[in-house]
Amino acid sequence: MNLALSDEQEFLREAARGALSRYKTLEAARAALDRPSAPVTGLPDLWPTACEAGWPGLLIDEAKGGAGLDVFDAMLVLGECGRVLAGVGLLGHLPASAILNDSPAAAAWIGEVASGARRAAYLPAQPPSDVRDSWSADPAHGSAHAQLPSATPGDEQGMVTLNGSVAFVPDAPGASGMIGVALLDGRPVGVAVLSESPGVTVEPLVRYDATRSLGHVSFKDSPAVLLDAPEESLIAAWYIAQALIAAESLGSVETALQTTVAYAKERYTFGRAIGSYQAVKHSLTEVLRQLENGRSLLYYAGWARKGAPQEFALAASAARSVAGHALDTAARTMISVHGGIGATWEHDAPLYFRRAQLSRRLLGGTSGATDRVAGELLGQAQAA
Amino acid sequence: MDLDDTPEQAEYRAQVREWLERHKAQAPVLQGEGALQDEQEIIAARRAWQGKLAEGGLAGVTWPKEFGGQGRGPIEQVICNQEIARAHVPGILDAIGVGMLGPTIIAHGSDEQKSRYLGPMLHGDEVWCQLFSEPAAGSDLAAVQTRARHQDDGSWLLSGQKVWTTNAQFASYGLLLARTDPDAHKHKGLTMFIVPMDAPGVTVRGLRQISGEAEFNEVFFDDVQIEDGAVVGGVGGGWGTALTTLMFERVTIGLGGEGLGFNSIRFARAIAGDEHARRDPEVRQRLGEIASELLAVRFTGYRTLTALQRGQIPGPEAGLAKVTIVNGAIRAGDLIADVQGPDALATDSEWAYMISFLPGLKSAGGTEEILRNTIGERVLGLPPEPRLDKGIPFSELRSKEGAAA
Repeated sequence: MNLALSDEQEFLREAARGALSRYKTLEAARAALDRPSAPVTGLPDLWPTACEAGWPGLLIDEAKGGAGLDVFDAMLVLGECGRVLAGVGLLGHLPASAILNDSPAAAAWIGEVASGARRAAYLPAQPPSDVRDSWSADPAHGSAHAQLPSATPGDEQGMVTLNGSVAFVPDAPGASGMIGVALLDGRPVGVAVLSESPGVTVEPLVRYDATRSLGHVSFKDSPAVLLDAPEESLIAAWYIAQALIAAESLGSVETALQTTVAYAKERYTFGRAIGSYQAVKHSLTEVLRQLENGRSLLYYAGWARKGAPQEFALAASAARSVAGHALDTAARTMISVHGGIGATWEHDAPLYFRRAQLSRRLLGGTSGATDRVAGELLGQAQAA
Repeated sequence: MDLDDTPEQAEYRAQVREWLERHKAQAPVLQGEGALQDEQEIIAARRAWQGKLAEGGLAGVTWPKEFGGQGRGPIEQVICNQEIARAHVPGILDAIGVGMLGPTIIAHGSDEQKSRYLGPMLHGDEVWCQLFSEPAAGSDLAAVQTRARHQDDGSWLLSGQKVWTTNAQFASYGLLLARTDPDAHKHKGLTMFIVPMDAPGVTVRGLRQISGEAEFNEVFFDDVQIEDGAVVGGVGGGWGTALTTLMFERVTIGLGGEGLGFNSIRFARAIAGDEHARRDPEVRQRLGEIASELLAVRFTGYRTLTALQRGQIPGPEAGLAKVTIVNGAIRAGDLIADVQGPDALATDSEWAYMISFLPGLKSAGGTEEILRNTIGERVLGLPPEPRLDKGIPFSELRSKEGAAA
């Protein structure tokens, strides 16, 4: 039994914190909000930093040019990104890289994905659940699940033709290619498509949080590589994305809590620091409680990926659910404890609030992950 | 990061499992077919079983060897607990004594006390109870008013009342926090005593709860005479001694984790059979939120263990776990009763018992509000509330409280 970070993991995290501290990500995020048209301009390009640090290859085997690390290691890096609201491109890239790592068909070019020479974006595809038989994607509008793109056999061996669309794809604008799941004769298959291929359109979007790169992606008779990753890998990619956004969210919670606690110690009313009042103290301990629960679930998800793969769906979804709620709570508490100043444009609190608002609605949403937790447990209970 | 046993831990686990395999036929049956019904019989059988466990080295795992323990670490304690649960046999009866009071005596007691009390405690020959809380001193434990007066012959005369005392009805001894100097500051005038529960003047009365059962007792002391050698940790040193007990209490709770049976799969089972509820999005949201937090507590337990194993003090997550467990179980009880309807509240329903038990549990081991204050101050470093009880003799505190009200 040992849940402590290894020396290598401590180093990975410290190195990430150091590398990201060279950029004024929060100032850039605020400035970008004044230029609301997509794609967002003026944010620092952090991809070269990511490549230098080896982050694009975190989940790719060493023999294929990657670092051969685990999802938990990737979560440590995402946590650091979340602390400073850094948009690096890893949320889209890493789940995509995990599918490629399990696809011998990608052997010829996986090295470029591992080095970061090619940046990939994951097309979010939600696996079937205890109450829904089919794969699905997030809708462009409303709350009904959307269909995955369809694939038909292509002219060449190992190629397919894609038609359809995927909404709100993280980190799609500017990515060299997209990797995800399509339905071939109703069967889920892994696909990889270059952004420059015919019929591929990426519509960049800004939704409330300028630090989050997003795009609607559509395919019209677009040629794509048919990947031979097994279905388990396609399923795992969804939960890797859940675990990563959970880790990123908790990183944001850490900063929000630190900043708010510091203010509660220095701001006085009626002759006392506001942090001495129970009402304020208890709301801050509530943020801490949710943060600590979320941290415990990051360990669960990180361990389950290899240690108990049959529990990874449950663990990653639970982490996402708790982390999403924690970020909501932390961002609202940050604003209210700061009083009126917390709701002003110049303050950092609104940036964390914007992050919370958008994050809870991406990648199936926080409530989608919560529903998945229930589904996994109800399934287990019925099987027992 | 891993959850696997080291080779040494695996060997220990195998030893424990093998011992249980050989002896589990002698364990008392408490549930199902052939279960013991009479309370006296149950207590007697569980005491005898604790004795067996102690002989086999499965009680007092973390106690030093010189006091009959195994001298092992918290991980081995958890392994032992896991194997006992796996064998479907009861654990030790006197978890409070062996888990909290014994370690306190080991830390603060005299040599005479250690040699007289620890052996019988470990073997279940003498069960112990914790006499700390009072009607007006719970979360604010240092406000205890039970009075011990030093007599000319060196003995002490004890008078006052304790409450929420588990196992008092069959305990041989209690560890009691009393006020010995009311003119000293509230934390300074306290002393810890060992009290024989059969001494003249000790009255134990069952305290019935919402559930209808008496899980706790009230204990009254009317001029109970105790000898001078009963002081633990020195006259005036009671607060420091009590803090040691409370630290072991937190460790016990931290290692207990899901021991209360409030776990997510049990709650899911109560809903899974209802085809309509199982598909209801609102039911699923509620279940998913409750379950996620309870799953977190399991891994919080592992984090606590990791810290203990590395010789560190467990972090804030250990204290907050209790808040999460209790509130999660309260929400689960509400959800299950909403799904099952009034039948969930029938007399023989396991949920009716849980639903009744939980509101009181919120205050057990310190109220949630006090826990949040403590964590806000100790962990987040937030300033304390202004207090009226600092720097004045305890005897003056009451009049000051009256003036403020």
